[in-house]
Amino acid sequence: MADKILHAVYDDDDKLMDAVKDLRSSNFSIDEVYTPFPVHGLDKALGLKPTRLAILSFIYGCIGFCFAIFMMNYIMIVDWPQNIGGKPSFSFIENLPSFVPIMFELTVFFAAHLMVITFYLRSKLWPFKEAENPMPSTTDDKFLIEIKFNGDGKALKAAVKKTDVLEVKIIDNKESN
Amino acid sequence: MYKVSKNIKIFSLTLMVIGALGLGFSFYSAPKTIEQAKEMVADSHSDDHQKVESQISEETHAIDDSHSSSGAHNEEGAHSSSHDEHLLHYLQNRPWSALYVAALFFMFLSLGTLAFYAIQRASQAGWSPLLFRVMEGITAYLLPGTLIILVILILSSLHLNHLFVWMDPEVVAHDKIIQGKVGYLNSPFLIARAIFYIAGWNFYRYISRKYSIAQDNSSDISNHTKNFKWSAGFLAFFIVTESMMSWDWIMSVDPHWFSTLFGWYVFASMFVSGITTIALITIYLKSKGYLEKVNHNHIHDLGKFMFGVSVFWTYLWFSQFMLIWYANIPEEVTYFITRIEDYNFPFFGMIVLNFIFPLLLLMNSDYKRVNWFIVMTGIIILIGHYVDVFNMIMPATVGDQWYFGIPEISGISFFAGLFIYVVFNSLAKAPLEPSGDPLIKESEKFVY
Repeated sequence: MADKILHAVYDDDDKLMDAVKDLRSSNFSIDEVYTPFPVHGLDKALGLKPTRLAILSFIYGCIGFCFAIFMMNYIMIVDWPQNIGGKPSFSFIENLPSFVPIMFELTVFFAAHLMVITFYLRSKLWPFKEAENPMPSTTDDKFLIEIKFNGDGKALKAAVKKTDVLEVKIIDNKESN
Repeated sequence: MYKVSKNIKIFSLTLMVIGALGLGFSFYSAPKTIEQAKEMVADSHSDDHQKVESQISEETHAIDDSHSSSGAHNEEGAHSSSHDEHLLHYLQNRPWSALYVAALFFMFLSLGTLAFYAIQRASQAGWSPLLFRVMEGITAYLLPGTLIILVILILSSLHLNHLFVWMDPEVVAHDKIIQGKVGYLNSPFLIARAIFYIAGWNFYRYISRKYSIAQDNSSDISNHTKNFKWSAGFLAFFIVTESMMSWDWIMSVDPHWFSTLFGWYVFASMFVSGITTIALITIYLKSKGYLEKVNHNHIHDLGKFMFGVSVFWTYLWFSQFMLIWYANIPEEVTYFITRIEDYNFPFFGMIVLNFIFPLLLLMNSDYKRVNWFIVMTGIIILIGHYVDVFNMIMPATVGDQWYFGIPEISGISFFAGLFIYVVFNSLAKAPLEPSGDPLIKESEKFVY
């Protein structure tokens, strides 16, 4: 495990992007980047794999859609047959138009909520969790690159200094002790 | 510079000739008298109808017997002769309706594209300038397309066809609801409004094209700025006139029925078909080696619009349908009853084509970057929106006498040929890349 951490702070998202590209092209692996807002194209520059959340969102939507059909059929047709819009047909398919808004809403509801929950689980987040960002100003106007390394890291420091960096800090990695 | 290939010329001219011949044949073979009309229906239909008719007449006889009045028989006789006249009108309307539906559909491709183009100009979008010349090419069809519709409207107001029942003074004399609308629904005012819309749209198209070409070789961006201002103005003019156009040219074929969101609904239909046409023509030109700076990022964005506006169209279609279905008010709900009973297949088939297919085929981000996927979905969307226009016009003009046959196919063929001919000739008139546009660099570098 790496025993030292380098923090490189930038004050502009373009400078950050250039630095990420430079560092990656000279074969340094970047562990984490903290930004105050989502930087467009940063995921591609970092070489992150595309998210699989979209596939899950589709599946969650399908679950919500099926749940809505099941729910409306049970409530409005089976359990307590309702006269809908003056058309007492008591058939699901003939009353389908009045169920479509509910199907739509539940599809969106399931997709959205389950996606947020999945995202929380996947990123190990929960309410009242203590923030992990090493520098509070990355939630304001600063951008920070975090690189873990072993040894004296001279080459790394030199490479970082070559970028348009505002501040470089090296601290001990507490997790490695 | 793009040069129209010989194949395109031959192809479009062939389509036009085939279409014109087919339309001529269908006008020629339309029935002239009530007897001919009855004969045609008796020939082409199975005896299902006769069975139903005999059932109905048995029922009416039963009622007559219980009343045992001789007057009822006379009324019935009068009723069946008016039914025959309806039949004659329906059959005579069929070639006209086929012509009108195809004329409207292809004009909508152009008008929808013009609206999309104006939005790109007014929002100063950075991704789309590379496609401006394609859009301008498609909008070149606006002038012939709208003029043909104007001619059809004038012929209707001269009583050469019965597309618009409210133009028939005899119908109006017996119809209190239409009498109440005569202040708006009368032939001279309709033609005057049509000329107003057509002049406004074509004026914008002319002026915007002029500034767009002038910008190519100019050193400052004054033409671009003027284009921006005209486009913003046009959008305000367009959304009002488009809405009124949809009442005048489409909704008034059912003069008793009205829907307040009809203008939006027609707009969504023309918008998605226009965007689809842009995508199809762009992919065609790319496959021929033109537009080399257009890449899959631009196609992806068009795909997103196709997907989004298809869903938007469905939203409006459903909003209109559900409220009327739920409220079940007789004068409103007849509109959908005729469509569900007589037009069941095109009416519900259109939902599959216009909603289910685009939704499932274009949902995945990667699929929107694959050309043949866009082409396939685009063709489905165009067919679906032709059927949409078909469903708007046909139930009122030909009733249950509809069929997808020679008149409809030749209508599509004729206008498709004319559309391709005009659009590709216009594409050849200016460089395909608007090189002077101040946003062209952004468009080239665009990554979705």
